[in-house]
Amino acid sequence: MARKVTLQRKLGFTALAWFLGCIMFFPIFWMILTSFKTEIDAIASPPLVFFQATWENYQLVLNQSDYLKYFGNSVVIAGGSTILALLVAIPSAWSMAFSPTRHTKDVLMWMLSTKMMPPVGVLVPIYLMLKYLGLLDTRTGLVIIMMLINLPIIIWMLYTYFKEIPSEILEASRMDGAVLWKEIVYVLLPMALPGIASTLLLNLILAWNEAFWTLNLTAANAAPLTAFIASYSSPEGLFWSKLSAASTMAIAPIMVLGWFSQKQLVTGLTFGAVK
Amino acid sequence: MGNIVLEKVHKCFGDVEVIPSVDLDIKDGEFVVFVGPSGCGKSTLLRLIAGLEDLTGGKIIIDGVDVSDSTPAKRELAMVFQSYALYPHMTVRKNIAFPLKMAGMPQDEIDKKVMAAAESLNLTDYLERTPGLLSGGQRQRVAIGRAIVRSPSAFLFDEPLSNLDAALRVNMRIEITDLHKELKTTMIYVTHDQVEAMTMADRIVVLQAGDVEQFGTPLDLYNKPVNRFVAGFIGSPKMNFVKGKDADEFDAHEIGFRPEHMSVSTTKGRWKGVVSVAEHLGADTFLHVKTDEVGTLVTRSDGEINVNYGDTVYVSPNTDKIYRFGADGLAL
Ligand SMILES: Nc1ncnc2c1ncn2[C@@H]1O[C@H](COP(=O)(O)OP(=O)(O)OP(=O)(O)O)[C@@H](O)[C@H]1O
Ligand SMILES: [Mg+2]
Repeated sequence: MARKVTLQRKLGFTALAWFLGCIMFFPIFWMILTSFKTEIDAIASPPLVFFQATWENYQLVLNQSDYLKYFGNSVVIAGGSTILALLVAIPSAWSMAFSPTRHTKDVLMWMLSTKMMPPVGVLVPIYLMLKYLGLLDTRTGLVIIMMLINLPIIIWMLYTYFKEIPSEILEASRMDGAVLWKEIVYVLLPMALPGIASTLLLNLILAWNEAFWTLNLTAANAAPLTAFIASYSSPEGLFWSKLSAASTMAIAPIMVLGWFSQKQLVTGLTFGAVK
Repeated sequence: MGNIVLEKVHKCFGDVEVIPSVDLDIKDGEFVVFVGPSGCGKSTLLRLIAGLEDLTGGKIIIDGVDVSDSTPAKRELAMVFQSYALYPHMTVRKNIAFPLKMAGMPQDEIDKKVMAAAESLNLTDYLERTPGLLSGGQRQRVAIGRAIVRSPSAFLFDEPLSNLDAALRVNMRIEITDLHKELKTTMIYVTHDQVEAMTMADRIVVLQAGDVEQFGTPLDLYNKPVNRFVAGFIGSPKMNFVKGKDADEFDAHEIGFRPEHMSVSTTKGRWKGVVSVAEHLGADTFLHVKTDEVGTLVTRSDGEINVNYGDTVYVSPNTDKIYRFGADGLAL
């Protein structure tokens, strides 16, 4: 009897999970569907579920705008900022996790608190700073800004992963004659690899999808895919199916990446929760 | 070479003073054991020697060189941790080879040394396994292997056997003692197990609250403890202590006598009491005798004694083997 109840509950939870999953996925599904409609079908009311599919939007979007340039910018900005951030964050998290001082917790809290401020509050100073440095609308400028934006989260994530590693193992490597960089490269990094990988993936996704800074600090040269999407809801008017096609193309790379790394992401994000 | 000298070594963690001031001279090739109650600073002292903690004051000199500010790598000591601290992502072979790789030794030489170490520790069948797949005793051996390949000037052990079961512990104890006889390298060994300390050490350092109470051979500590603390700490079961008129009789503030230096009789003796615990270990019998005059005394007699729980007995100390202490706790 008890078994039966748990089975029913299990089924119930599974159904609920699927239901929630479908709700979350629905907008994306609808966007992809719309991207294959003609503009007229796209604004039909009631919405059409069955229609004559067309590749026209994709062709148009690809011909009209320079998808590859935007894509390249996205890769450079998301990839560059992530790698740069990891290079800064790994030593910082290492020192905070393994040689904490009285103020380590405060520093961590302070870093996190910068994420609580609305970004628009610092838009003007950052805009002006980049302007004076001549970095407005450059990929370098954006890589630096995106790195700084995501650094607190990355340091926090790495700090939590590193905390899980017994410090005796690092001490053993010191006794075995490892200098600092060898200790980090041969012992810390391999042990923290799952955590580092999921930090890297999460940050890639965050940086790829980030729109506020990328839209405000770029114009023609360094604009990534977020700007590419935004350009379809422009003064020329809204073109739903072209916008959808552009959006689909913008998120496709990161969806593919996410799909192939989902196992890594899940194990990374739950690392430490169950030992 | 492995002559280690500590001069006025002083350590604070923040505002907490853990080691007030320690002076020690450990000779080359000596097996020295640090014992003391939990929290007395044994591990801290060992980690200071290793270089894993920074000194607050004082000096550490290894083979005539002041290494107080040197990194652990520069001190050329090897350490075996209580948790073994093996590298979980490396095979046994790579674990043992790691110190050699860090020293930049050529690969063929590394292979040779790793094989030699693995053979002497019976690890050849496990070289390709990761530590997660080994038993506690095997992990311990790998940790020792990793320590010996590099021929360090001294070995540091921090309670290396405390995670093993009793039988294995005896074996490993003998293996480590044999290793010391073979290598003749200085070893510093932290434990709170009396038996380990007494059986393995050339000399024992007894620590209390970060202070060295006594530094001497096991028999010195047993026969001539300098104070009440060492007298009570060394020996198992513990020494019995008695104050008052019985002590006055010996012209001391307090007297102590070991359980093995007492006689038990059912007819006559110094103190009368009731047996509250009788531990029959076979070869020995430990009796806890509750007396009216001087509290509970523990005695050790041979296994044949026919006394049980609840019996009334008379116990007397062997007056030749009485330790006398002054009011300050120092031996008289
Ligand atoms: N990193 C640290 N920060 C603050 N206090 C510490 C630190 N390490 C040790 N202590 C304190 O120093 C004292 C000595 O600790 P230590 O680990 O040396 O004791 P121990 O003799 O090895 O004890 P045990 O037998 O339990 O291992 C303890 O009171 C401990 O709380
Ligand atoms: Mg300890």
